[in-house]
Amino acid sequence: MTVTATRPDTPAPAAGKGSDRARGERRLGLYLAAPSFIVMVLVTAYPLGYAIVLSLFNYRLTDPAGRSFVGLNNYLVILTDPVWWNDFATTFAITVVTVAVELVLGFGFAFVMLRIVRGRGPVRTAILIPYGIITVVSAFIWRYAFAIDSGFVNQWLGLGDFNWFGDRWSAIFVICLSEIWKTTPFISLLLLAGLVQVPEEMQEAAKVDGATAWQRLWKITLPSMKAAIMVALLFRTLDAWRIFDNPFVMTGGANNTETISFLAYRQNVSLVNLGMGSAVSVLLFLTVVAIAWIFVKGFKTDLSQVRGD
Amino acid sequence: MAVSGCGGVSGPPTLTWYINPDNGGQATRAQQCADASGGAYTVDIQTLPSDATQQREQLVRRLAAKDSSIDVMSLDVIYTAEFANAGFLRPYTPAETARISEGKLPAPLKTGMWKDTLYAAPSKSNAQLLWFRKSLAKAAGVDPTSPTFTWDEMIKAALGQGKKISEQGARYEGYMVWINALVLSGGGQILTDAEAGKNARPSMASRAGDKAAEIVGSLARSSAAAPDLTVAQEEQARAVFQGDDGMFMLNWPYVLAAARSAVEEGTLDQSVVDDIGYARYPRVFADRPSAPPLGGSNLAIGAYSKYPEQAAALVECATSLEKVTQYMLDEGEPSVYAASYDDPRVREAYPNADLIRDSIAEGGPRPITPFYVDVAGSVINTWHPPESVNRDTPAEADAFMADVISGRRLL
Repeated sequence: MTVTATRPDTPAPAAGKGSDRARGERRLGLYLAAPSFIVMVLVTAYPLGYAIVLSLFNYRLTDPAGRSFVGLNNYLVILTDPVWWNDFATTFAITVVTVAVELVLGFGFAFVMLRIVRGRGPVRTAILIPYGIITVVSAFIWRYAFAIDSGFVNQWLGLGDFNWFGDRWSAIFVICLSEIWKTTPFISLLLLAGLVQVPEEMQEAAKVDGATAWQRLWKITLPSMKAAIMVALLFRTLDAWRIFDNPFVMTGGANNTETISFLAYRQNVSLVNLGMGSAVSVLLFLTVVAIAWIFVKGFKTDLSQVRGD
Repeated sequence: MAVSGCGGVSGPPTLTWYINPDNGGQATRAQQCADASGGAYTVDIQTLPSDATQQREQLVRRLAAKDSSIDVMSLDVIYTAEFANAGFLRPYTPAETARISEGKLPAPLKTGMWKDTLYAAPSKSNAQLLWFRKSLAKAAGVDPTSPTFTWDEMIKAALGQGKKISEQGARYEGYMVWINALVLSGGGQILTDAEAGKNARPSMASRAGDKAAEIVGSLARSSAAAPDLTVAQEEQARAVFQGDDGMFMLNWPYVLAAARSAVEEGTLDQSVVDDIGYARYPRVFADRPSAPPLGGSNLAIGAYSKYPEQAAALVECATSLEKVTQYMLDEGEPSVYAASYDDPRVREAYPNADLIRDSIAEGGPRPITPFYVDVAGSVINTWHPPESVNRDTPAEADAFMADVISGRRLL
């Protein structure tokens, strides 16, 4: 769904203008993409439009008679409410920490997966296993590990009955750990795809010229896989920004660990406050669009080049 | 379990009853009623999550989608107004209402009403009592069973003995139960004109609300508060009360049976159980009878049920005097019938049967409003943690509640 948003609106390659063959190819491409595009619009545009409409009302599902049009007031209320900014800060902290740590770790894993010779299959599988585990399950695993009564972490670290989930930042720390453990494989897989594309000849030429490993990393490897890095970062950032499962399972949003998705859930599902909840959801959507836009502009990369041609 | 009735084959309809989890009591009654109906219906039991908040979430989600599979549901007393106002419940007809109301205590019945119509039939009730250690009360020279025993006297007695008062002070519904009982006992109301829905007026800032804030705050800041008050739910409160520091406790009647089974398991000394006394919920003002916290749950019929008549028959059967009395004996959930408490078997199992009946009869419900979740959430948010409660808290709660209900603040 987010992929469309990342597509830069640069004009079509100039080469395609003149030739009939290129034009035919483009038309074929449109035809092939059309069915899925139409289905996507049908299943996403309607709920999105409906959410925008709902967000303009003060409307409780359980108080249908009290429904009233309030214009943009819900947005005003949300954006001036400390609850929103608190959740925004929590989400921001989790996103920055997890994406940064995962990018570094993911690179390490990607290198290992690329270079390893013996036991390649088992190592790659082992690295990817956490990603195969359902997030809710992983959240419970980490919650039990850090729990006061049944957890082993406090015992290992000699922390006595320190309550990890009783304080905002220690709880966020555990949430980040679980998130990193689970999704680093995803980012390393995307980076591996980029690493594979780095031309070996250039590496060797640089080696011959006497470049150090560090120089080769910064001057050749990273620039050649810029598009892959950007895809990995973008996908992970958007994922992290919409984090829900881990705080839900671990703290239930207590001690200021509520995220934006959690707020949307609470307003929509728990309080059935559909007007306010939809407004939160729309704001969440807008932040997602903004993140995608910043990434695409910031990296100045044409995503269509990821195809490798 | 009966097979679901979507096959379209002839035969009696299968009613689906969404129950709150118990030890099989509701399923047994469903079977008995189906058998006694002479083939009018069979019953399929679906179990909801254990906590009332999650039960509500699941039911709201299904009913908002017009789920016709919900024929009968067990609904916590606090949600009747919200569900009825949303059009999720089929009201009972006047004839059904007359039959369902017969012999039931008025207080539980009121929890099933919305705008003078019965939407939910009381199936079990509950009322908090004051529990105390007889030896310690005697040493302090107080008589908790005296009708005019107040919170102030209780706190003074506990401080004098260096012992604790166990309450539910965690950030959850049980804390709302405490605050509401104090406000009602003081002659006030958390919400005035609750039937007006969105236009109801928060009214905690009053003589009663101020006194409630004084009691909660001063108890929480004193040495008479249990050390885990801010996270204590019913079971934590019971643990403190049964321990060395316990003196008073506000809690539901199940605690006596729980203490007895703890003795059987060998985790509690018989002398502790022998020392446990019980009395009516203490007063807030000496000259005003208390309003003991009222709990329990009701049976409602889904608005989209395809078999409302059969569902009503099931409800009438499952909430009959005999069934509800037996449920009290089997599951330890107090009956909604006054007559149950005269049953010799109940009197044998519950030495405090009369006290429970009277407490339910004069029990105070939590605000009956379609915005209950917002009201309770606002109160709990502004009143937690208990030691932060001061003379400004009631007014803050009022302002916050009004803003939340009218959509000017996020909860």
